Amino acid sequence: MDLVEFLVKTVTIVAVFGLTLVIAMYSTWAERKVAGFIQDRSGPNRAGWGGLLQPLADAGKMFFKEDFIPALANKWLFIAGPSLAMLTALLASAVIPFGSTFRIAGHEVPLQGVESNIGILYVFGVVALGVYGIMVGGWASNNKFSLLGAIRAASQNISYEVAMGLSLIAILMMSSSLSLGEIVAQQHGMNWNIFYQPLGFIIFITCSFAECNRVPFDLPECETELVGGYHTEYGSMKLGFYLFAEYINMFISSAIISVLYFGGYNYPGMDFVYEQLVKSLGTEVGHNIATLIGTAVFFGKALFFVFFYMWVRWTIPRFRYDQLMNLGWKKLIPLAIINILITGAAVLFLKPAITAWLN
Amino acid sequence: MTLAERAYLPAIATGLAITIKHFFAKKVTIQYPEVKRYLGPVFRGRHILKRDADGRERCTACGLCAVACPAEAISMVAAERVKGEENLYREEKYAAVYEVNMLRCIFCGLCEEACPKQAVYLRHDEFVPVFTERDQVIWGKDLLVEDMNNRYTREAWTKEEAHLLDAKRANGEATNVVPRAIP
Repeated sequence: MDLVEFLVKTVTIVAVFGLTLVIAMYSTWAERKVAGFIQDRSGPNRAGWGGLLQPLADAGKMFFKEDFIPALANKWLFIAGPSLAMLTALLASAVIPFGSTFRIAGHEVPLQGVESNIGILYVFGVVALGVYGIMVGGWASNNKFSLLGAIRAASQNISYEVAMGLSLIAILMMSSSLSLGEIVAQQHGMNWNIFYQPLGFIIFITCSFAECNRVPFDLPECETELVGGYHTEYGSMKLGFYLFAEYINMFISSAIISVLYFGGYNYPGMDFVYEQLVKSLGTEVGHNIATLIGTAVFFGKALFFVFFYMWVRWTIPRFRYDQLMNLGWKKLIPLAIINILITGAAVLFLKPAITAWLN
Repeated sequence: MTLAERAYLPAIATGLAITIKHFFAKKVTIQYPEVKRYLGPVFRGRHILKRDADGRERCTACGLCAVACPAEAISMVAAERVKGEENLYREEKYAAVYEVNMLRCIFCGLCEEACPKQAVYLRHDEFVPVFTERDQVIWGKDLLVEDMNNRYTREAWTKEEAHLLDAKRANGEATNVVPRAIP
């Protein structure tokens, strides 16, 4: 790898991380704003215009609070918990294709941190690691409620990862590729996976709610039963990291959903727009602007799903623990397996039949 | 349960529809320090010691307000009016000191009802501000007596008047009541 390539990659990765962090930061603002709007209030509106400086004020408050570590806690693991949560949350953003490519001086620079041919597998690995942050933090707190919350998080994440993986297999059977870039490229124009995999999408989004520990599956931090769940003993910016990691996870999973099911940066009529731009502005500038439009579309989709997360949060009450497990093991997993069978049958019989009929 | 009920999704969709309706609904919040809600003509805010049309204090220091006060917030010292003070005090006896302890006061309005001279009222438009020092708690005559240059006016001086006004407004009748200073 030569130096230029290394620098380009570094810049992209830093940009991707920065972008993810900023979006997560403003998700906290958006969450409170959406909560307010749905409850007929107006949400934070004192710090800056429309309360836009609220995340900074919150972060400032968090930083200036006492950074307390309980006497009987395992000190190193107590610190490692939130750090792991942040790390794993951010890692997943590296492989998400935010757009097609930029052309700079004849070089094609993909708008993706790492173009990996096992992108989706990597995301799954990192997401599975995410539970360590919660588990380690909850155990290290030396508090019954923290431990219970952490155990709940672990069992919930493991249960729902199965259904999530199974629902994804149907997508992979269609795309026959694990690369996120490839999966997006196949959904060119309006050829989105949601039209082929509605059931898989419902399973996937349900599981991603559970993976992010969001309402209605936020049992790990269920305050009516467990005080604060795994972050009962946390305060100051360590608590801030946990909460922040949740918002990063939310954005990442929204991005993954839009990549897998809603065509990422693809939108109907993109070829026409591309042709017009290239014709009027030249191959380089036109291509770059077309890419930027695609990226904007991608962020529109991803942010809609972030909004959807919040919308659901203020609509549905929390599940009971046995309901959660029933839903995961007895409903979603069988449904996901049926979905795989249907997809397999469709790929094997329906697709050749339709192709033959069309020809 | 039917299949649709067990599938959760129809119910969730209904719920989402309800919440999104609220998302776009008009917000009920009143942006308090900038916008203040009108609380009606007979709301019980901070006290005021009224003067009459000639600018004379109405209070005659009879002490009925202090007796009526369930919180024992009012205390006063009476004095006799001397010659030459007729333009200051309406009655022959007046309150030299009139103090309301704003921490004790429960804003029940019984002083207002007890007063035979219609001298003490609870303003409908101003609250007792937040205390930061202990000597701000007991309000003397300097804070209580009405300023003739900025007289306190309101649309209705009694509950009956206010009710009448409300009824008229409910019927959609024209009610251009000019707020007036004299009860």
